[in-house]
Amino acid sequence: MNTTKEKLIAEPERYEFSALAIHQFELQRRDFFKILGAGIAVFLVAKDALAAQETAPGSRSFHNEELPKEITSWLHVGEDGTVTGFTGKAEMGQNIRTSISQTLADELRVPFEDVRLVMADTSLTPFDAGTFGSRTTPTMTPQFRRVAEAARNLLIAVAAKEWGVAPEGLIAADAKVTDPGSKRSLTYAELARGKTLAQNLPAEDPITPATEWQIAGKPVPKVDGRAFVTGSHNYTSDIRLKGMLYGKVLRPPSFGATLASCDDSAARAMSGVVVVRDGDFVGVAAASAHEAQKALDAIRTQWKEVPQVSSKEIFSYLKNNAEPTSHERFRRQKGSVEEGLASAAKRLDAIYNVAYIAHAPLEPRAAVAQFAEGKLTVWTGTQRPFANRDELAGVFHMPESNVRVITPDTGAAYGGKHTSDAAIEAARLARAAGKPVKVVWTREEEFTWAYFRPAGVIEVKSGITEDGKLTAWEFHNYHSGSSGIETPYEVANQLTQYHQVPLVLRSGSYRGLAATANHFARETHMDALARLAKLDPLEFRLKNLSDARLRAVLEAVTKSFAWPRKKTQVGQGFGLACGFEKGSYVAACAEVAVDRVSGGVRVLHVVEAFECGAIVNPDGLRNQVVGAIIQGLGGALFEAMEFENGRIQNPHFATYRVPRFRDVPEIAAILLDRKDIPPAGAGETPIMAIAPAVGNALFDATGVRLNNLPLVPNGLRAA
Amino acid sequence: MANTMEIEVNGRGYAVSYPPDTPLLYVLRDELGLTGTKYGCGEGQCGACTVLLAGAPRRSCQIPVSAAARKPITTIEGLEKGGKLHPVQQAFLDAGAFQCAYCTSGMVMSIVGLLQTNPNPKQEDIVQFLQGNVCRCGTHPRIIAAVEHAAKSMQEGAR
Repeated sequence: MNTTKEKLIAEPERYEFSALAIHQFELQRRDFFKILGAGIAVFLVAKDALAAQETAPGSRSFHNEELPKEITSWLHVGEDGTVTGFTGKAEMGQNIRTSISQTLADELRVPFEDVRLVMADTSLTPFDAGTFGSRTTPTMTPQFRRVAEAARNLLIAVAAKEWGVAPEGLIAADAKVTDPGSKRSLTYAELARGKTLAQNLPAEDPITPATEWQIAGKPVPKVDGRAFVTGSHNYTSDIRLKGMLYGKVLRPPSFGATLASCDDSAARAMSGVVVVRDGDFVGVAAASAHEAQKALDAIRTQWKEVPQVSSKEIFSYLKNNAEPTSHERFRRQKGSVEEGLASAAKRLDAIYNVAYIAHAPLEPRAAVAQFAEGKLTVWTGTQRPFANRDELAGVFHMPESNVRVITPDTGAAYGGKHTSDAAIEAARLARAAGKPVKVVWTREEEFTWAYFRPAGVIEVKSGITEDGKLTAWEFHNYHSGSSGIETPYEVANQLTQYHQVPLVLRSGSYRGLAATANHFARETHMDALARLAKLDPLEFRLKNLSDARLRAVLEAVTKSFAWPRKKTQVGQGFGLACGFEKGSYVAACAEVAVDRVSGGVRVLHVVEAFECGAIVNPDGLRNQVVGAIIQGLGGALFEAMEFENGRIQNPHFATYRVPRFRDVPEIAAILLDRKDIPPAGAGETPIMAIAPAVGNALFDATGVRLNNLPLVPNGLRAA
Repeated sequence: MANTMEIEVNGRGYAVSYPPDTPLLYVLRDELGLTGTKYGCGEGQCGACTVLLAGAPRRSCQIPVSAAARKPITTIEGLEKGGKLHPVQQAFLDAGAFQCAYCTSGMVMSIVGLLQTNPNPKQEDIVQFLQGNVCRCGTHPRIIAAVEHAAKSMQEGAR
């Protein structure tokens, strides 16, 4: 495992690349009501799929027992009035369980407390490619609005039939349908009683505009908050099944190492220990974690290791090992950079480097696997339960319909939990043991055998006129990715290009993907250009920017920060950065203090303005924005994987520094609510401006331009 | 070799049979089913496994079960009294001081410990005390607000 020898090319949008096509859908309508009880159900069918079905007579009707394969979401109103929404998305701390429930309650006109959400269960929820790319809010909001609106209309129709009146005059509100003329009313529970009514409908735009939202748009507290503060919520790692064993997997001493010899006789001799050897996979399971560890420690192995690239040479390696030809889709050109540079009054070229970093979610990768009656059930904290299911089905040569993956609300992911490593390991051990097995990765495994945000090298060439207008912009990203690579600034002559490089460390998604790296390079470069043009960094940006939404966040943040600020102390500095990605806009100002003697750096104050269209839950959004700023400070200031010859040198919280309380500045988040724009996701973009804002503030404080992330892993030596 | 030991958790006595050097964390989670106490690193670096041992916040992944025997242990499950949340738990709810919430148990237990010895901490005291607790979601400002809120409500409750 993890030792594929073939050359792997990093995809710029790995999570989208690996998203799968829609697969089979096993649940039948009859089963659906069996599981949920009688009531009213509405299924949302992708528009194209419904059109196709219409050409096949009889296939689209309530009598058709099998649900269409392309159903994207559904809800059920039970006989007790409970509303249950179903989504393949997973909750990992981004608070979508709450925000989707708000949307459902809002459109169905029921109290928030009446709604529950079944999430990320491959046997119960519609197919979903995964929870990533800030896609939950923009896709789930219109879908659940539409499905709830249809359910509401269905309930009105049932009431109208009951009363023998026309449905037009009836009003749905507060979980009941009322006839204003006769003042009669029936609750949704009463209307659903004894029914097994189902309706399919095409996906269309939502009806209720954000200006009329009643429950959405409000700071509703997080669902299940009490379970979290009392410790009663069961994360994957907390699950305990009857007869369950604890599994451990033997890891190679270095990346790419292969097993030369293995003596597991001592482990096999231990009572109650199951040892599995399957190719290079060696794992054990035992009744307790410490017995499993003891068994693992008793296995004697020899490994064949291969020489590897180390972190100290990574940037030159990436630059020198890029694929000779860059794919057309990774290249954008406008005008002539050559002419733009030739006509420039001033030129500035620079190279930026970005280190590998780890997600380090506090709940490590974990899975519990159980084989029973020919079926495999796996509980695992993953962003892609359906892809995990398919991988498990492939690995164990089982039909997908016999594999069920359930993702309990998870102890965070940040883009780091796309793969099914722990799920496969637990299932392999469970199959051998004939008992359920739990595998929870150690922190060291998490820091070593998970995957990383890729390192990258970015080269920028640019030119400006005498009065500070951009004339040319050339931007090359080697390896880290193409997200957020295009400049939002107006420039007639530009070339942006992403260059693939074969993987060095196992790499994948991270909150914001490469947009953090590309924003760091671009916004640092823009700051340097402003200095070259002898213009204030805000003035320089506005001079080259026409995007109204980006200008709006820039103006909001600088107004709040009182930009431009006068320095009042030695070592003080102010910085600014902005950008947009995935339909949302961000701008940040930072204040830093540098101790000239010790080189110590402190970020004192951050103000960030963020706009993602209509806000569904301002409280949850604020948590995401502030959280992204703090997480972003880690990658900005000090986070970096150190590795040498296939070994991670700092696989512990003691040596891999993450932001802690002392690193947290005073933070203000300004949320711009654009009720006229459909809501976009907010999990990623708020992380993108912090690193360049801090870097630019450090330049302001010291006159030293820092072009590498992390900026100051060992503090700043006095210039 | 496994020894049988008596441990007292949340006011209840348990006889457990584990090698004496087994970290308390695993006994709590795997043997007693008290899974509110979390594994975050097993190295005493993240605070997710914090419990009160004889009233003081300690990292249960670093405490051998033998060292915990015959000392009262309080876990997150033991804070709620008669259906009423501990003021620190209530303050976390009121402040929305969690996102993925995996660090919450350890944060709450650390803060309960802090407020026992320092009922009115300054912000600097809170930052210093929680330096060993990792929140990867970046909820720190709300956690600090929750501590201040809890301190206030505990002082009012004590009056």
